[in-house]
Amino acid sequence: MEPLQRFLIVSAVLFATGLYGALSLRNVVVVLMGIELMFNGVNVAMVALSRYVVPATLAANPGSATDSALRTVLTGQVFAAFIITVAAAEVAVGLAIVLALYRSRETVDITDASSMKQ
Amino acid sequence: MGTLFQEIAFWVVTVVAVGAALLVVTVRDVFRAALFLVVAFLGVAGLFVLLNAEFLAVVQVLIYAGAISILIIFAIMLTQDVQRGNSPTALRPLALTASALLLAAFVYTIVQTDWRLLEETPLAAATAQGVTQVWQDTPRWLGGLLMREFLLPFEAAAVLLLAAVVGALVLVRER
Repeated sequence: MEPLQRFLIVSAVLFATGLYGALSLRNVVVVLMGIELMFNGVNVAMVALSRYVVPATLAANPGSATDSALRTVLTGQVFAAFIITVAAAEVAVGLAIVLALYRSRETVDITDASSMKQ
Repeated sequence: MGTLFQEIAFWVVTVVAVGAALLVVTVRDVFRAALFLVVAFLGVAGLFVLLNAEFLAVVQVLIYAGAISILIIFAIMLTQDVQRGNSPTALRPLALTASALLLAAFVYTIVQTDWRLLEETPLAAATAQGVTQVWQDTPRWLGGLLMREFLLPFEAAAVLLLAAVVGALVLVRER
């Protein structure tokens, strides 16, 4: 199997594991952990595609030795960096919601939190 | 994949990352799940190193394994519901089926797609040299990309982080 396909399969397994955790578990914090695993799976796919597929697109491009064309090789890594940023913001807000929920309901069980009202 | 060393490194890192990820969603103790999450993050950092993304590997260790996991562990400590554990809801069979079907669809697509890979489409000499330069000096080129093509998203990310900090403070404020 090609190296690219191996990395993509690892990323798909991470994503599916995170999805299972996010959909099936009771504790809100573990649901957030599942979402983080999904983010990580997507990041691995981004970086793998940027490593193996994007350079090949330069072959068809005649002016591909210029700096701006060469920079496109790293586009996937930039996407991954933005995903990491968004994940950090998401986890900060998500855990703040968890703490607010715990303060008002004394629970972190998602089946007890079926309403967003106080 | 290149050398024997890379081959061994790939399998070690993959087993660590995937095994830890599976333990995160199966272990009953929430605190242990958080510790396995750190291991999974470190495994993904290893995958980044194998993919020529050393800068992202460092970012992964600092932000995910450092900051995010600490936040999660704090949240677990503050919501002292650890004893009730991490049991699945009634949706578990449905979630298992959905994840398995999605994984099967992913794997089928990945295996069936005719990827246009670098090995099959050789680059012109100048381009190949340029690409090698980019891989050898990734942070500098990443900086160039962020400050030129991705300047607007970069600034938007700063605003997003500010909004997230303010939002988190508003949510946990004592009334």
